[in-house]
Amino acid sequence: MTELATTAQAKELHARFYHDVMSMPGGEKIRICQQCGTCTGSCPTSYLMDYGPREVIAAFRAGMIDRVVKSNTIWLCTSCYYCTVRCPAGIKITDLMYELKRLAIKYDLLPEDSKNPALTKYFVNSVHKHGRNHEVELMGKFMLTKDPGLAFKFAGLGMKLFMAGRLPPLAKNIKGRDELTKMAAYLEAEEAKAQ
Amino acid sequence: MRYLYYPGCSAEATGKAYDISTRAMMAKLDVELAELDDWNCCGATSYFSVRELESFAIAARNLAIAQQMGEDELCVICNACYTTLAKTNRYMADDPEVFKAVQGALGAVGRTYDGKVKVRHVMDILVNDIGLEAVAEKVTRRLTGIKVAPYYGCQFSRPMGTFDDPEFPTTMDRFFATLGADVIDYPSKVKCCGGMMMLTKAEGALHMCHELLKTAQDGGADVIVAACPLCEMNLEAYQPKVNKMYGTNFNIPVMYFTQLAGLALGVEPNKLAIDKQVVSCDRVIAAIPA
Ligand code: SF4
Ligand code: SF4
Repeated sequence: MTELATTAQAKELHARFYHDVMSMPGGEKIRICQQCGTCTGSCPTSYLMDYGPREVIAAFRAGMIDRVVKSNTIWLCTSCYYCTVRCPAGIKITDLMYELKRLAIKYDLLPEDSKNPALTKYFVNSVHKHGRNHEVELMGKFMLTKDPGLAFKFAGLGMKLFMAGRLPPLAKNIKGRDELTKMAAYLEAEEAKAQ
Repeated sequence: MRYLYYPGCSAEATGKAYDISTRAMMAKLDVELAELDDWNCCGATSYFSVRELESFAIAARNLAIAQQMGEDELCVICNACYTTLAKTNRYMADDPEVFKAVQGALGAVGRTYDGKVKVRHVMDILVNDIGLEAVAEKVTRRLTGIKVAPYYGCQFSRPMGTFDDPEFPTTMDRFFATLGADVIDYPSKVKCCGGMMMLTKAEGALHMCHELLKTAQDGGADVIVAACPLCEMNLEAYQPKVNKMYGTNFNIPVMYFTQLAGLALGVEPNKLAIDKQVVSCDRVIAAIPA
């Protein structure tokens, strides 16, 4: 691949992305992207993205994946899988978006105005704590820390949902919840060993 | 018939009515649902964003428990749970590295999973196991004259398209036609509702919901039916916000497809948690011929 990545970090991101994508099943298909734009044309949020899905691959080929990692693009992907089912080259673009999200979190390259990484983090925390996602805790924590204005706007709707019994305040804990953290620790240790 | 059943986290909160109505509907069809022991969150889309192998491992814990319970199938109602669990099976089958890592993680907590528990969407079971003919025989209150917009959403059949077409699914159309409903031509039926984006970039998600609501209304829908807690919530509860943003006045009843189907099969409305909907469904119930 062309090496236009200038800074050390850009080079590292490029290499990491390339390595991770190539180790996914079918990941090598990224090489046969024909830049047709079907993915971008099918994407419901591309109009809001700094780089549409086609441009993500173009940027990677040009050694500029670091720009995409820092952009709003990856946080606007809703996992609708339209691009993936339509790509004539069989590229799993949704999985590429997940990979980019992981890189952005790992290297702490999060766009300032994006609330999505925080939501992701709280979600994972809630599951590790209870074994299940406790929606009330997740929404409450997210709104209070990231978007108090949203909490205010949500108040009316929240009340309606509460009255309908759709926001139970108490979390249910599963018995084997320590299994989730143990599995995570095991995989982390394996990853560290491999590097 | 009996199936092992995975309700999913939303079924304990915002999507409670989906769980309640699924159980009631299935009971009318003589299908017993046995809840999976000590199930955990499937991981949804959030886990994929943190560590891919971890997302497969936590999803696989559920499948390992199913295997341990001696079952080879698992019935799932939420589209996102369905895709996450089925994707875990697919990636474990396609990639020996994933298989090995997941086995290792499960082994660390004394579990094992060989990748063979089939993940089944409840709609798949209705159409392909129970069968539409058998369903037709159980209808006691045909939905004659009720115009239904069948909303499938994304992860019902994407990316894998296991039991229905990824771009033009028809199982829900056929199911509701069997129940006697007037199923409208709903061109937005597989478009995205915005999902979690409703919390992180509301104007983007409201834009999508606006289109979904508008095309349903243009098609003359009396009710939209959904097969996913997040879709249902976005489409139903955010109508006032869509109205504010677009100057519209949508007030369209949105139900879990299992609620409306339950009515057609003779379940009492109070057993289907219809009072949990925030847009009243009274006029839909009243319009069903007795
Ligand atoms: S649809 Fe596939 S081949 Fe076409 S531009 Fe997108 S990734 Fe490349
Ligand atoms: S999966 Fe993401 S990138 Fe692909 S079409 Fe949907 S929103 Fe766009």
